[in-house]
Amino acid sequence: MKIYDLPDKHGHFGPYGGTFVAETLIAALNELCEHYERCRNDPIFQAEFSQELKHYVGRPSPVYHAKRWSEHLGGAQILLKREDLNHTGAHKINNTVGQALLARRMGKTRVIAETGAGQHGVASATVAARYGMECVVYMGSEDMRRQATNVYRMKLLGATVVPVESGSRTLKDALNEAMRDWVTNVENTYYIIGTVAGPHPYPMMVRDFQAVIGQEAKMQMQQDYDRQPDILIACVGGGSNAIGLFYPFVDDTGVRMIGVEAAGKGIGTHQHAATLVTGKPGVLHGNRTYLIQDENGQIVETHSISAGLDYPGVGPEHSWLKDCGRAEYVAVTDEEALSAFHALCRFEGIIPALESSHALAYAAKLAPTLGKDKLLLINLSGRGDKDMATVAEQSGIAL
Amino acid sequence: MNRITSTFAALAQQKRKALIPFITAGDPDPAVTVALMHQLVQSGVDIIELGVPFSDPMADGPTIQRSSERALKHHVGLRDVIVMVAKFRQKNQAVPVVLMGYANPIEAMGYAAFAEAASEAGVDGVLVVDYPPEECAEWVQQLKKWDIDPIFLLSPTTPETRLKQVAQLASGYVYYVSLKGVTGASHLDLDSVRDKLVQLRSYINLPIGVGFGIRDESTAHAIAQLADAVVVGSRIVEEIEQASGDNPLEVVGNLVASMRRAIDSASLNEVVTEK
Ligand SMILES: Cc1ncc(COP(=O)(O)O)c(C=O)c1O
Repeated sequence: MKIYDLPDKHGHFGPYGGTFVAETLIAALNELCEHYERCRNDPIFQAEFSQELKHYVGRPSPVYHAKRWSEHLGGAQILLKREDLNHTGAHKINNTVGQALLARRMGKTRVIAETGAGQHGVASATVAARYGMECVVYMGSEDMRRQATNVYRMKLLGATVVPVESGSRTLKDALNEAMRDWVTNVENTYYIIGTVAGPHPYPMMVRDFQAVIGQEAKMQMQQDYDRQPDILIACVGGGSNAIGLFYPFVDDTGVRMIGVEAAGKGIGTHQHAATLVTGKPGVLHGNRTYLIQDENGQIVETHSISAGLDYPGVGPEHSWLKDCGRAEYVAVTDEEALSAFHALCRFEGIIPALESSHALAYAAKLAPTLGKDKLLLINLSGRGDKDMATVAEQSGIAL
Repeated sequence: MNRITSTFAALAQQKRKALIPFITAGDPDPAVTVALMHQLVQSGVDIIELGVPFSDPMADGPTIQRSSERALKHHVGLRDVIVMVAKFRQKNQAVPVVLMGYANPIEAMGYAAFAEAASEAGVDGVLVVDYPPEECAEWVQQLKKWDIDPIFLLSPTTPETRLKQVAQLASGYVYYVSLKGVTGASHLDLDSVRDKLVQLRSYINLPIGVGFGIRDESTAHAIAQLADAVVVGSRIVEEIEQASGDNPLEVVGNLVASMRRAIDSASLNEVVTEK
């Protein structure tokens, strides 16, 4: 039986979420809500989405038992949900396929997106090429420098990448700029937000598109292990890969859910992105949620070795799951994430994304404290190809 | 009657339209803001919109974004802005002051604490860009408790069905954003503004200000023929930016005075010959 049924019809998860935007966007969001509601209940749309996920993205992604690493850690069994094997190398594509199909139904010919690490930008440029739409990606100039290969990938796919020079020149500023574009071009433009943030209906809609991760995992666990995992672990930037795994399990209260944020150089240093662990509720980017902010309510610059977690907000549903105690949130440092990154390379022959390495790092702490019969299911949200330069630099190697 | 209502009542009696300038508090320097407010009054404005700097001004174009960044270099926060209004009130008890900004600084301070402090300092209205009517019942209640007017934005895309909702919550005046886009854009379609105002007036029984895209005397004059108030923002902030460090009082004063003449003149020819 389904008990959990948030958000309400105004997009509220308890006190969080909602529609905190300028008047000009209200009509566009209402239009989006209507179209999405129709597609959500339309078997033809859902069948089309499933077909695309199967033939274009390559789903289902396997649940893989990391045996050697589990043995080395000496406790619980580590299982990996392999989102790294998706087309374009991360979970982000599940959402961009869904939103691009919706944009097409709405008759929009131009899509825009914000990106930090470039993964969501690449996934957006990819689907825009696939469906023949114009694509403009906003990216902080600082991030463009850090993620030059992804900028080139987007250009190869036919997208225009616009550098954002305002504020801290990172993901949050790219989101501001994409919103400004949307306000100006609402008639022909669809805004593909890359995570479970933004105004209603984005947090709900992106969750629904990413929920395929948890739905598959549930079936795969039943088939291969004849039972469900004891604990789910996923990294949390905006929170889309985490909610995608968690959501289908919310009513299964026997399953613990743990979200792992970026502690950067340490929680005490101010150089981190651990929003739920250290932040306070506020309003940013269209919704009420936990934020990293100063005493004046100004949003503070964050730091993480992984650009995809370097965000001062978090999806409103996570704020609610934290407050009501259904999910737990912890943080691991750059250093701990790097060490888990290397461990997975060496023990399993899998190069994980630095974002996903945060989830792995927490699993590595937790597993040895649990019995060998316990099952930990980790969302391996992406592959690490994009992170070669960053990791090499940490070892003093220039590529 | 509070200051905003009595200001519009007096203007209506004189058959004049209001001039409402926007500046960002703390731009270019917190020390200049109160003097700049007095200068605006001297140059003939009726109400002052004072921007509260925010790290993520989503609805603003580059000009006002940069003004926010200049103010934030001096760490100007909401509490500092309230103090500036209190200082302004030491010498001026007549001209209404409306704070304009984003939700999070207010969330951080708390509705009740903010409303009390703002009222004590002499703030008359507050416009929060990202508090649309559907999210602000409690907020409006707090403001009204202290006789502060909640000012709402309406846009070309606002559907007719929402106008009733806004009419129920709004007081003071409403602010019609004349175009789709962010502050600082320059295309303004007078015909569509005229049509929309007719629609707005059938639901809303408050003075209507029009802003976004008013950059010169001729648009100010044209809008004054249609609306109850003319709001000028980016154009003034540009002058402050270009004064770059030099005292902006004189240039801003001159610009505002010429807008004032344009609004008050019976015809635009008159404005042009005066120049
Ligand atoms: C591989 C990977 N994992 C996780 C994230 C973080 O986003 P979210 O928290 O929305 O899953 C990103 C973002 O770029 C990513 O690329």
